[in-house]
Amino acid sequence: MSRDLLAKKKNFHWDSIFKITATCAGAFVLLIMVLIFGQLLSDSWLIWEKEGLSFVTGDRWNPVEGREAFGALPYIAGTLVTSLIALCIAVPLSLGIAMFLSEIAPTRIREPISFIVELLAAVPSIIYGLWGLFTFRIVFKDWFESPTHEALGEHIFLFRDAPFGLDILTASVVLAIMIIPTISAVSREILLAVPAIQREAAYMLGATKWEVFRMSVLPYAKSGLIGASILGLGRAVGETMAVTMLIGNAVGPKAFPFGFFQQGNSLASIIANEFNEASPVSMYFPALIGLGLILLFVSLAVNVCAHLIIRRVTNAHEGGIKGF
Amino acid sequence: MSNSERRLEFRNYFQDNLGKRMVTDKIVKIIVISCVVIAIIPLGSILADVVRMGIEIISFEFLTALPGAAGSGDGGIANSIQGTFIMIGMTSVIGIPIGVLSGIYVSEYANSRVGKMIRFFNDVMMQFPSIVFGIFAFLFIVLVLGKFNLWAGAVALSLIMFPIIARTTEEALKLIPDTYREAGHALGLPKAVVTVKILLSAAKGGIITGIMLAVARIAGETAPLIMTILGSKGWFRGTETAMDALPLTIWRLSLLPYDEAVMFGWGAALVLITILLALNMSVRYLVLHRKGGSGSLGMFMRITGGKK
Repeated sequence: MSRDLLAKKKNFHWDSIFKITATCAGAFVLLIMVLIFGQLLSDSWLIWEKEGLSFVTGDRWNPVEGREAFGALPYIAGTLVTSLIALCIAVPLSLGIAMFLSEIAPTRIREPISFIVELLAAVPSIIYGLWGLFTFRIVFKDWFESPTHEALGEHIFLFRDAPFGLDILTASVVLAIMIIPTISAVSREILLAVPAIQREAAYMLGATKWEVFRMSVLPYAKSGLIGASILGLGRAVGETMAVTMLIGNAVGPKAFPFGFFQQGNSLASIIANEFNEASPVSMYFPALIGLGLILLFVSLAVNVCAHLIIRRVTNAHEGGIKGF
Repeated sequence: MSNSERRLEFRNYFQDNLGKRMVTDKIVKIIVISCVVIAIIPLGSILADVVRMGIEIISFEFLTALPGAAGSGDGGIANSIQGTFIMIGMTSVIGIPIGVLSGIYVSEYANSRVGKMIRFFNDVMMQFPSIVFGIFAFLFIVLVLGKFNLWAGAVALSLIMFPIIARTTEEALKLIPDTYREAGHALGLPKAVVTVKILLSAAKGGIITGIMLAVARIAGETAPLIMTILGSKGWFRGTETAMDALPLTIWRLSLLPYDEAVMFGWGAALVLITILLALNMSVRYLVLHRKGGSGSLGMFMRITGGKK
């Protein structure tokens, strides 16, 4: 009897240790987030003190000591512009893929294609960058950029710059290729989560496949698909390596994205490019950390939006047809 | 108008309309299929290029020798392969326990409000730009120790890794029916024992899947490594020094102006892709061949945002 009790007491001891360890692990994510924000803020404090809000709105970038000027606007714009162009290209294609996988494809080829799409989501961005730099850039310049520039360059300012291959459009298109697997995998899941009754009711009325999709699946899955797209946007915003290799890495006022064929820079790519050149005691270093902080906020805003939308959708699904 | 005439008229109208609707349906189908084709072409071209270029350079020497002089085409990338595996190992040592325990906490211990909050933060953290983790590890470890070192890289990568593992562990634990827990408690087992002995072993497949997906994800990360392990040309000389890894090598080589260096980059890309594909294939095998069938693969894809 006493041995039993002892065993229980000993177990109880381990029990609470385990519980405390698990709780600490659970709280770790909060701790780390606070630490990251605190560390980035304290190490970029100098630049906020010196430049104030003009760090966000300025466009000059000069790390030479004595003539230092730092403004993040061209890179913020570069990040947003490349991500949005990528999104505009990737969303229709991904929706097409998701629709194909959930509505049209016969079961036999559904699985292999889903598998390929998911596999491609695992290819690291450095490999997209390598491919973009040595294969895609050349093909894209010869077959799309140069003809477009010759045809439209004189009339539309967006196509004015002579294409070189390393520019905002190339980076955006490769970004689009990278986020297509992400968006289509999530969209497919969302389309498959639409209850079968939704489709069956429409089929019963004699609707064709497209009508079923348009009238009965799409309204149900709409906000989920928007969430999936924003998730793709979040990935595009934080993407570093492929963009660094392809965007041309301009700095200063000329990096502000005014045209498709212009060299630009994004928040992540300028950090990756210049981080190891900056001395930790100069003004240059806090400026780069400050860019990191801005990047963190941009990506945080995008991702929180995506998650709130997706969560609202899944909650609606759990409670039946509450979404209407 | 007689009844039969009206019926005929309606039928004609319906049939005409049906024809038009079927045409629309066909057009949409063609558009959708062309979407798939347009997306597959570049994606297929990437894999084809990596294999075509990589296979030319890969040899026994390439896989086992240290790099020669830049652009000379001598030597290999053995130190990068070694570095990638060491990084995976060190990252796993930090990331897996935290991730699994965090998943256990959210699924077994937390009340629903706290659990939801932590799950939300894990989701958000999973989508953070990886370069931010690199900056953080640089400030937190490299600057403090005064040198580029492997632990900084492992910390940066484990911050990417642990939210993925936490979410997959949590979902895997949630799939276990409550009767398992009740049976354990009916035997008088404390909660820790129920969790470790019963629940973890029942959810083993799911947890391992999550871990492998997380490993596949971090093995290809480049940006955090630029700021933490920097890269080197030698073998592993302890955790306190700089080291190379495959993604870093690819980046560095792709910026060099020599054709031979670029070919080495393609070779390294092929090695990296092979490692990642092997991991993903084993995940698929695991998921398909354990109890519960393939239904849960979608779950893991959803959690990792299709990112793996």
